[in-house]
Amino acid sequence: MTAVAEPTSAAAPTGRRPIPARVIGLVVAAAVLVVVAVASVMVGAKEIPVGTVFDAFLNFDPTNNDHLFVRLERMPRTVIGLLAGAALGLAGTIMQALARNPLADPGILGVNAGAALFIVVGINFFSLTALTGYVWFGFIGAALASALVYGVSSLGREGATPIKLALAGAAANAAFVSLTTGVLLTSTDAFEQFRFWQVGSLAGRNWDVVTSVLPFIVVGILIAMFSGGLLNTLTLGDDMAKALGQNVARARVVSGVAVVLLCGAATAAVGPIAFVGLAVPQVARMITGPDNRWLLPYSLLLAPILVVGADVVGRVIARPGEVQVGILTAAIGAPIFIALVRGRKVAQL
Amino acid sequence: MTAAAFDVSSIARTRARGRVRQVSVVGGLSLGVVVVFALSLVVGAAVISLPDVLSTLAGQGSRNTNYVILELRLPRALAALMVGVAFGLSGAVFQNLLRNPLASPDVIGISTGASAAAVLGIVGFGLTGIAISGLALGGALATAMAMYAIAWRNGVSGYRLILVGIGLSALLLSVISYFMTSAQVTNAQDALIWISGSLSDRNWNQVVPLLISLVVLVPVTLVLGRVLGMLGLGDDTARGLGVPVARVRLGLIIAAVALAGVATAATGPVAFVALLAGPIGRSLAKDGSPALLPSALVGALIVLVADFVAQHTPFLPNLPVGVLTGAIGAPYLLWQLARTNSGGQGG
Repeated sequence: MTAVAEPTSAAAPTGRRPIPARVIGLVVAAAVLVVVAVASVMVGAKEIPVGTVFDAFLNFDPTNNDHLFVRLERMPRTVIGLLAGAALGLAGTIMQALARNPLADPGILGVNAGAALFIVVGINFFSLTALTGYVWFGFIGAALASALVYGVSSLGREGATPIKLALAGAAANAAFVSLTTGVLLTSTDAFEQFRFWQVGSLAGRNWDVVTSVLPFIVVGILIAMFSGGLLNTLTLGDDMAKALGQNVARARVVSGVAVVLLCGAATAAVGPIAFVGLAVPQVARMITGPDNRWLLPYSLLLAPILVVGADVVGRVIARPGEVQVGILTAAIGAPIFIALVRGRKVAQL
Repeated sequence: MTAAAFDVSSIARTRARGRVRQVSVVGGLSLGVVVVFALSLVVGAAVISLPDVLSTLAGQGSRNTNYVILELRLPRALAALMVGVAFGLSGAVFQNLLRNPLASPDVIGISTGASAAAVLGIVGFGLTGIAISGLALGGALATAMAMYAIAWRNGVSGYRLILVGIGLSALLLSVISYFMTSAQVTNAQDALIWISGSLSDRNWNQVVPLLISLVVLVPVTLVLGRVLGMLGLGDDTARGLGVPVARVRLGLIIAAVALAGVATAATGPVAFVALLAGPIGRSLAKDGSPALLPSALVGALIVLVADFVAQHTPFLPNLPVGVLTGAIGAPYLLWQLARTNSGGQGG
């Protein structure tokens, strides 16, 4: 397992060098993201000529159905995909750093399951049908799940050590999934609604959904982007972090708040899209190495590429129907992920 | 924990205490398993007294008790017991081998492989019964082989195996989701019950193959598992201690996959038993050992208790046992975590 040293990791803090590869990578990722986002507005199950799409922005005609479709369907859908993707990627990166476990992600640590449980309860007992209603239930569920996991694992002298976080998360996940399944098996109607939310989908998301989750995700992204240094010291281990003068408990709480905001809002908006939070940080880590100050911006760009890209593919391959984005993020992401894992020396945390 | 006194007698005392603890943990868990097993034979739609149960097992029952005990309750209880042992053991082996408390067969894709094959059978071809079991076993084995083959690169590192497993698992989950959303809702609900793991209507057709497999697999796993503690020190150290690392690891993986596979084939992937039994077993043993036997017993206890509760929950007939394993095991693990934490010994 002696891999050749990656050129990217050679970026020494000496200043006068050619632009570091990691910066170029970031620019390339941003460019790809723009392309994917544009494609998401341009193409879809309904065929609309490119010129008409441009007109929808430049010469908007409120009586033209195609224009309305672009503005009221494809735009919010793309925006929600970008937001949810960024949120999931960042949340996964933070959770992996906090739990010092590459398996940590909102899915495995119970946050998505908490959101799902509350939404099922909402559907079943409060006759919830609208997506904007899901948002609040999902949000409360994610927040409570995170609080429970963090609370249990931070009891005791050493506070929330990585192994306790991982176990508490897995246990909470198990409990929530069991309860959710229990509710679903008693009601065919709830199951019928839930199974389409549960795969994760961007279809039918309108501007109301965007505005209800936007503030949370923006705040979450801001906290996340500034927590790279904190996470780096946490990754060194509690003792080392303390020795460096880091307030470990406060650093954990700050990044924990970011996770709740990001996961809660994303899951509520698009359903529990699995795998993005797990895989994107891994891929980013292969590019950047373990430095969280680079990992976070890479995850911020790579995750929405995967989510929005998968959504575009899903709209095109099954015309006139579509395949849900949650199915395709895994179907597209997993082979790429496996190839990367196989092909290179995997960066440990 | 221990004071700074390092004289020989204190080491001997500590060791003796460790042995006593081991014996009492295994003894206590076994007792629990026997009690719940007996309860699930005695209690049911009609209570059959323990002497009657025993005489029926000895072959002197009436026609009525013969049917109820030998055809209904015994196969179900045996299935619960064995599935619990198999999942508990399999999970503990994977978690120790890959040195990650989250790396149970449910998380790294083996159960997902079994589920994907079974869901395809249920909603795609309308299969039932033993055909589903066969498909599930095939799915588990095929997933494990694919995982191992893909992760192989001059040997298999635990970390790469986990990551490949996660990738495959995500892929298979998306296959399951696709089948679930494209199927009729009633078919999908059948599939949901199967994926949760259910023990209702188990008969000897499922129990006998499971029994035969476990008679072979459990001793093999326990014997191979004796070196798990040494593998935990790192490959190089273990090799230095004379452990044939690559062969032992492959052997353990095969055994653990086979255990998860046969258990899943019998009842569906009873959720979370493999994930929860290991940590609970280890926290009971408290000696830092892999704690395979305690984990297996914990697994059996979880499934037996969960199935007992599932059978006798009012208003919810035929609740799949998998719904309760999480609801029972998870709070216990959380409580255990909270408790050991406040003692200052949490992981």
